[in-house]
Amino acid sequence: MKHKDILEPEISLLLETVYQKYHYDFRQYSEAHIRRRIMNRMAMSGLEDVSQMRSKILNDETFASRLLQDLSITVTEMFRDPGFYRSLRENVIPVLKTYPFIKIWHAGCSTGEEAYSMSIILQEEGLYDRTTIYATDFNQQALNKAKEGIFSNELMKEYTINYQLSGGKESFSGYYTSNYNNVIMNQSLKKNIVWANHNLVTDGVFAEVHLILCRNVLIYFERDLQNKVQALFYNSLINGGILCLGSKEGLRFTDLYEEYVELDKKQRIFKKKY
Amino acid sequence: MMQYEAIVVGVSSGGMNAMKVLFSILPKDFSIPVIIVQHVSSHSDNQWIKILNDKSDLYIKEADEKEKIEQGTAYIAPANYHLLIGKNKTFSLTVDERVNFARPSIDVLFESAAEVYKSKLIGVVLTGSNNDGTKGIKRIKEYGGLAIIQDPETAESAYMPASAITAVKADYILSLEDISYLLIQLGNGIKTYLT
Repeated sequence: MKHKDILEPEISLLLETVYQKYHYDFRQYSEAHIRRRIMNRMAMSGLEDVSQMRSKILNDETFASRLLQDLSITVTEMFRDPGFYRSLRENVIPVLKTYPFIKIWHAGCSTGEEAYSMSIILQEEGLYDRTTIYATDFNQQALNKAKEGIFSNELMKEYTINYQLSGGKESFSGYYTSNYNNVIMNQSLKKNIVWANHNLVTDGVFAEVHLILCRNVLIYFERDLQNKVQALFYNSLINGGILCLGSKEGLRFTDLYEEYVELDKKQRIFKKKY
Repeated sequence: MMQYEAIVVGVSSGGMNAMKVLFSILPKDFSIPVIIVQHVSSHSDNQWIKILNDKSDLYIKEADEKEKIEQGTAYIAPANYHLLIGKNKTFSLTVDERVNFARPSIDVLFESAAEVYKSKLIGVVLTGSNNDGTKGIKRIKEYGGLAIIQDPETAESAYMPASAITAVKADYILSLEDISYLLIQLGNGIKTYLT
C-alpha cells in the first residue's frame, strides 16, 4: 500500500486546533467533506501529513484563513433549483401576503445569489417594501462579496434561464447593470437586506422570523449538529412560519419532524405547526 | 481470501444502456453494496432511477445524505450533488464546485471510497467520453483495491475507460457482461476468473 492513510484522530486534533485558536467550529461537520477539503489543501500546499498542516495552522494565519475558506463552501447560483422558486411563488408568497410586515432569514447565504433572488421575487410580488431579509453567513469574505452585489457577467445567461424556469416574467437584465465583465445588482434589491455574520454552529436565535431559507448547508453537518441547527430554526420561526431546505435535506431524521407539516414535499418546504 | 466491502462504479455517456445490462445480471440480495456515479444533467430528477429499479432484481435507489450503506442495495448519486463516503460508512452529499466539469464526479466518489474501504474496494470504470474516474481509479489502486475497466472496444464511448487504462495497471479489462459476472463471483468470494 503506497498511499498514506488519513486517520480520524489526526483530523479531529486538527479541527480542535482550529477551534481553540480561531474559534471556528468544524468538529461536527461531515467527516467525508472535511477529509476531502483537507486532502486537497495538503496536496495544493505541498504538505506531507495532517500534523504538518496542524503546526502550519498554529503558526501561519494566512494559511489558516485559506483553510477556513476551503472548509466553507461558497458554490451557489441565482434561482438555484428553479422548481423550488416556482413553488416558493405558488405556496409561500400567499402565506407571506397575510402579514403586515415580513422577516426572512436566509441562513448560510454565502455570496448572496439566493438572497438577491428572493429580493427579486418579493419585488415582483409587491412585498419587498414591508420585508426585512437577514442574510447571514460565518464566512466574512463571502458576506463582503454578497454586500457588493457584483457578479460575473458570464453567469447571467444561466441565471436568466433559471429565473425564467422559476416563473419569472420580467426581463432579468433589468435587475442589474452590466459593466465590462461584471454586473452590479440594482441598489433597490439591496436596501432591505441586512447582511450579518452569524455562525449556525456557535451562535443562537437573533430574531423571530416568518420564513427561513437554509439550502444545502445542513448536508455539510453530521446528524447531531443538524439536529441542533434544526432546533435553532424551530425556535426562530413564528408559529405557522415556513422553513425551506435543500432538495436533499429533510426533517425525517430530526427530533422536530412532528412539529411541521409539509407544504411541498418535493421542494422540501415545511410549515411550523400552530 | 479477500472479502470486498463495496463496489464503486463510474459511468458517463452510454451509461443508461450500460446500467440496464449490469442490473439485468446482478442478483437480488447481491452481497456487496454497489455505489454508482452516472453523469446526468443537473436538472435531471430521479425518475430514471425508479424506472431502472422496476426492471432490476437488485434494489436500486438514490443515495440519501447520511444514509448507512447496506448490502443488497445499489445506490446512485443524485443529480447536481457530489457523493462522498464517510469513515462510518454513510453517504455525504456536497454542492462543492464541479470536478472534471461534473457534479456528481466519479473521482470525488472513488477517492473518498478508497480512503474508507482501502483494499476492500472494487472500482469499476465503464463507458464515457471524458476522463472523470481516471484519478479516482488510480487512488483505489494506491490503497490496494481492485481496478476493473470496461474494454474500450466494447464500450459505447471508449474515451473514459481508455483514459483509466493508461493511468493504472487494471486487474481486469472486460466487456460489460463479463464484468457483471465477475462481480457476482467476487461477491460469492470466488477469487479467480478470467485471469
